[in-house]
Amino acid sequence: MDNQNTLINEVTDRDYRFGFVSDIATDSIPKGLSEEVVRIISAKKEEPEFMLEFRLKAYRKWLTMKMPDWAQLTIPEIDYQDIIYYAAPRQQPKYESLDEVDPELLSTFAKLGIPLEEQKMLAGVAVDAVMDSVSVKTTFKENLAELGIIFCSFSEAVKHHPDLVQKYLGMVVPPNDNFYAALNCAVFSDGSFVYIPKGVRCPMELSTYFRINAKNTGQFERTLIIADSDSYVSYLEGCTAPMRDENQLHAAVVEIIALDRAEVKYSTVQNWYPGNKEGVGGIYNFVTKRGLCKGEYSKIYWNQVETGSAITWKYPSCILAGDNSVAEFNSVALTNNYQQADTGTKMIHLGKNTKSTIVSKGISAGHSSNSYRGLVRVAAKAENARNYSQCDSLLLGDHCGAHTFPYIEVGNQNSVVEHEATTSKIGEDQIFYCNQRGISTQDAIGMIVNGYAREVINKLPMEFAVEAQKLLQISLEGSVG
Amino acid sequence: MTESTIIETAEQRILQLFTENKTLLDEGAGSLLRNHREVSMKAFQRMGIPSRKVENYKYTDLTKLFSLENYNRAFRPTSFDFDMQEVFTCDVPEFDTHILFHVNGWYFYQNRTDQFPKGTIIKSMKSAWKENAELVETYYGKIADSSADPLVALNGAFAQDGVFIYIPEHVVIEKPIQIINLLRSDEDLYVTQRNLVVLGKNSQVKLMFCDHTLAIHSFVANYLTEIFLGEDSIADVYGIQNQHNGTAYLNGLFVHQGRNSQLITNTISLHGGIARNHLHVDLLGENANASLYGLTLTDKDQHSENFTSILHSKPGCHSNQIFKNVLDDSSTGAFTGRIHVLPGAKKTEAYQRNNSVLMTKAAKMNTKPQLVIDNDDVKCSHGATVGQINEEALFYLMTRGINENEARLMLMFAFAHEVLANIRVEPLRQSIDRLVNKRLRGEVSRCHDCKLECIR
Repeated sequence: MDNQNTLINEVTDRDYRFGFVSDIATDSIPKGLSEEVVRIISAKKEEPEFMLEFRLKAYRKWLTMKMPDWAQLTIPEIDYQDIIYYAAPRQQPKYESLDEVDPELLSTFAKLGIPLEEQKMLAGVAVDAVMDSVSVKTTFKENLAELGIIFCSFSEAVKHHPDLVQKYLGMVVPPNDNFYAALNCAVFSDGSFVYIPKGVRCPMELSTYFRINAKNTGQFERTLIIADSDSYVSYLEGCTAPMRDENQLHAAVVEIIALDRAEVKYSTVQNWYPGNKEGVGGIYNFVTKRGLCKGEYSKIYWNQVETGSAITWKYPSCILAGDNSVAEFNSVALTNNYQQADTGTKMIHLGKNTKSTIVSKGISAGHSSNSYRGLVRVAAKAENARNYSQCDSLLLGDHCGAHTFPYIEVGNQNSVVEHEATTSKIGEDQIFYCNQRGISTQDAIGMIVNGYAREVINKLPMEFAVEAQKLLQISLEGSVG
Repeated sequence: MTESTIIETAEQRILQLFTENKTLLDEGAGSLLRNHREVSMKAFQRMGIPSRKVENYKYTDLTKLFSLENYNRAFRPTSFDFDMQEVFTCDVPEFDTHILFHVNGWYFYQNRTDQFPKGTIIKSMKSAWKENAELVETYYGKIADSSADPLVALNGAFAQDGVFIYIPEHVVIEKPIQIINLLRSDEDLYVTQRNLVVLGKNSQVKLMFCDHTLAIHSFVANYLTEIFLGEDSIADVYGIQNQHNGTAYLNGLFVHQGRNSQLITNTISLHGGIARNHLHVDLLGENANASLYGLTLTDKDQHSENFTSILHSKPGCHSNQIFKNVLDDSSTGAFTGRIHVLPGAKKTEAYQRNNSVLMTKAAKMNTKPQLVIDNDDVKCSHGATVGQINEEALFYLMTRGINENEARLMLMFAFAHEVLANIRVEPLRQSIDRLVNKRLRGEVSRCHDCKLECIR
């Protein structure tokens, strides 16, 4: 037992491994938010009129809204006038090959363990690297273009495909949805845009690495994924951030729209800087992610591994509007030190014969607090809807908290909704069993945690699964990994 | 009028009622109790009538209820000339109980309390304020916190009577104490009742609350019972709610449990327009054990909610909750359960389950089973299901020659029985079994052995 405690302490004392600041000149506007700032952002990005209107509408709505306070989180006062709302790298080169890329940037990614060239060659992943807010590198674009797939930065999409953007932007997350979404709508600088045409199966995993870099810069990403009828796409998002003492705000919005028989798989590995051992610093991750199964037989899968951020407020949700649509939410959320996470999902069943599955695994250590908050709503017309939810919590150490707040609202007779949750710690008998077979306590904890999270990690694409497993290990196993 | 102005006027009306009847309310109370009333009213003013935006009242809408103006208030006991003991006997064979009546929230003056063991105090709350002031003041309002819940505050502000039960150390009362709460009036009535039960060390008691309505008029009943369980004591609390659809029943049960004490509650809601049971248990001593069970059968446009919260603050405590709902017609149901395990509460075991069966398209169920765990040495789980009778089981029974209707009833009864099986008074269990069976068949609108004509 002592051994275990030492180990847990060791784990809890671990410093953030990816802490560094890369020195790239950025072009920012002064701190603060006003209608003027919204206009400047829109002008800088040379946006059409409808985008400016969209932003202003959101901004005016945002002024009337309050920060949500219902989550099991203690959020320090955030001064929204003390944030720079736009920052873009000064050089905006358009590279055709990796040789032209700023070596500083390349080495940053190398430190993160994301060698672009290697991925390009070996994994066949098209990487749209977002450094601060403007996309600086897009690979494999030509290959994708042949199939008619549009995978580009959001600003490019606004320029080249305004009709698509205008049609779908705000369809799933409207500007007045919530406080952070409204803020994002008003000031978002860039993000990714994906459009898969009818009947196309995207041949590779689409991937974006986000990274907050300039000091005091709130990052407001906007992602829009549209899968037209009978198409398929798997999208990967991963992030790590450099060490910083002042808290940074991250309020992204992700919208997914799946039309008839389309399938979208969205996987995230999130490893923003979580603050140091005393809970100083770290990223505030207030994200709105939502998918709309618009067409019949459409499918949306959310897979996430959350290990970073000081405060996480994130509920990737699905609206199952099309008949026979399917949604899945698989999540591993790990909190350590003084991290707080309030995360979960909403499954709104509107169409007939819709099915959703929720698997949420929480791991809390140190002084952290980890909550699952989910809603399953079956509307009266959603006949034969089916939901199964399972949320398990694993506690390491007696100063941490694991909470579960499921909401289940069923409005008709032929739907079946099930929810189960358990909370436990790693059993002494389990560790003893491993010790007995010559496995050290340290390895045993690693094995058990990985086994516990396997169900979710297995859902991730190959490339990500390896990284996710590594992340869990370095987040928990101290010396290992 | 908008909703907020309706609520505002209702709140003002309540305040006005309070100030106008202050002297009447305070009759017989000592300074501590008067103070508690004052504090409760202030707390209510601060919180106001809970709208559905208040998280704890998300699934039960009380604003309509409180905005009705024509409810009278039972500030004085209702008088009856006949002998209630004679008229009312819950004629369950071999089921012998001590019967105590309440009419419209007032302790009935003819209640007999001479057959209890020495040292036991059973009397009206109002007289206990006068005669056992010290004892009452030690516990009254200490278990149910007026500042935390608007309905508790409202009860604290308007409470005049109820029953006070004190069981001294090492006293075991074998026969269940049956507390029958009757609502009877010639006009729509708002009723407040406040009970306090104190169990001394190593004592035992079985309480059975039966709620009935004897008039066609509408009622709002705001009942609150505080129970203090001393070390090693055991309390069984059974509640049978059988009221007509014009009754809104807001019931609070607040319990503090000492070391090694045991609590079993079993709430059976058979009928009632709006029923909200608020169960709160604080496990304050080591190795305390609390089991909360509930069965709710609703039809027409009834609404029922079971709202439970269990606080584990000491090591080694166990708690278990099983709540079941069967919803017919366009009735709605809600369950909110919360288990909160505090940092020091090692070796806690806490379980919670809510199963619901929806019988029709229009029925609706909302459930919110919550776990808040701040400690790693625990075994906690919760589960919730909403669904239908298993078609395969139904088919199996039908292959055995049981007709569909009967098979369905059998399965429903089996579903309900898991809760009923936990009633520890055998004759009572059998009688409730029969009652539920008949209720599921739609044959019964009242306890079948009861001679009182409850009007639906």
